Amino acid sequence: MNPPAIEMKDVSFAYEGKTVLEDVTFRLGQGDFLGIIGPNGSGKTTLLKLMIGLLKPDKGTVKVLGETPRDAKRRIGYVPQNVGINISFPISVFDIALMGRLSRSRIGRWFSRKDRSQVEELLKDVGMWKYAQTPIGKLSGGQRQRVFIARALATSPEILFLDEPTANVDPEFETDLFEFLKDLNKTVTIVIITHDIGVLSSHVKSIACVNRNLIFHEGGKVTPEMIKMAYPCPVDLIAHGMPHRVLSIHEER
Amino acid sequence: MLDFLQFEFMRNAILAGVLVSIACGIIGSLIVVNRIVFISGGIAHAAYGGIGLAFFLGFSPYLGAAFFALAVSMVMGIVSSNRKHRADTIVSVLWAVGMALGIVFVDMTPGYNVDLMSFLFGSILTVPGTDILFMVPLDLFILITVSAFYKEFTAISYDEEFAFVVGIPVKLFYFVLMGMTAIAVVMTIRVVGLILVIALVSIPPYIAEKYTRSLGEMMLVSCFLGVLFTLVGLWLSYRYDLTSGATIILVSGAAFFISHGLGMIRKAGS
Repeated sequence: MNPPAIEMKDVSFAYEGKTVLEDVTFRLGQGDFLGIIGPNGSGKTTLLKLMIGLLKPDKGTVKVLGETPRDAKRRIGYVPQNVGINISFPISVFDIALMGRLSRSRIGRWFSRKDRSQVEELLKDVGMWKYAQTPIGKLSGGQRQRVFIARALATSPEILFLDEPTANVDPEFETDLFEFLKDLNKTVTIVIITHDIGVLSSHVKSIACVNRNLIFHEGGKVTPEMIKMAYPCPVDLIAHGMPHRVLSIHEER
Repeated sequence: MLDFLQFEFMRNAILAGVLVSIACGIIGSLIVVNRIVFISGGIAHAAYGGIGLAFFLGFSPYLGAAFFALAVSMVMGIVSSNRKHRADTIVSVLWAVGMALGIVFVDMTPGYNVDLMSFLFGSILTVPGTDILFMVPLDLFILITVSAFYKEFTAISYDEEFAFVVGIPVKLFYFVLMGMTAIAVVMTIRVVGLILVIALVSIPPYIAEKYTRSLGEMMLVSCFLGVLFTLVGLWLSYRYDLTSGATIILVSGAAFFISHGLGMIRKAGS
């Protein structure tokens, strides 16, 4: 029996005394495609960072593929939210994607020919190979996002985490991205934070709605109407086609 | 024009300038892309505490500076990684307290009137051969460390979170960078003095960044620029009898404004 991709038990987290997440418990099976939604400042990114080990929970436990996030690091890929950082940094698209081939066990060793050819393939997959030698600062937001996806995939992840990859990019890229992820999901578990409920509906297998607490909707087909109702998140939420109010839960504290 | 090469102190000054420019080019590039120029300034000034202590206890002032700079760089490393929001304030406090300590130590040293100016503005013309023998292994240490972990330093500087997620010990490398910064800063104090360190560490990499496509190229170009600025500054200082630290920085500053102006013209033209 495979361990779940993600397992969180009673997880709470506070930033400087201010509670962001409280008693979050859920299990995500391997091969799933989870969309995380919620209003701004609801703790979506915090939740993601807890899963990949960038943050440690104040309370509760996080398991990734049956291991602690720390031990599972070599098995996950991460596409951060802000791809606009450091755009004056002198670095080429190829060198950024190569960062995905870094790992603890190979510190101090040069990248191998295999690393390079693997990264070449991935840049071709995301349609960025022709920009391989271009400085990252010369690219558009959508193009940078593609490079960051290639970088995350270069780690050969079993789970891919994406933090709002469609923020500030062209709509065309959005459609492309979800088609790409759908294909990728045949072999890789995907966890994505997004505002784009429209595209989400036809691709994700599960939805988690975050607003301090977390409500997890597992499996089943999520229809566009359902998601429409699920948003704005703090007011209405749905479970398996039955609309219900969750206002009381969200405003408990 | 080359007649000044006949003096041993000039040859030593040129050698010191080259060696310091190499350290500054490599570490300065990392400092600029990591946006910790302010920390390097803090380390340089706080190092004066070590200089004062060394006079008080009677050992080599540069040894004192190195010891103090290393200690302060570690504290600043802890502060800047754990308390990001107030790091600049704490760095400023250490900056000022370190200097004040140095001054008080010198005050308490009986019968010794230290030439404060040589530490504030450097004294490249009085670098003895033994100091150069010290600078060579320090340069080599920096060169070897950065080459060996080049891809890790690049990743951490570009995207610290991603580097952490793939399992690079980000903090450890950050502290190594802090330590190397302390070494480079103390070497640079010898040449341009602690007040001007911040310029020699940041100006060459800042100019180089615009014309290069990788961190390695940036480091290489920074080293060359550093050598160029130091030598031209040194020559001006010799020719017109001016303070060498100041002329080196003014040459760097002139290059900075020219490069900036050219960049603006290029932008307006495109």
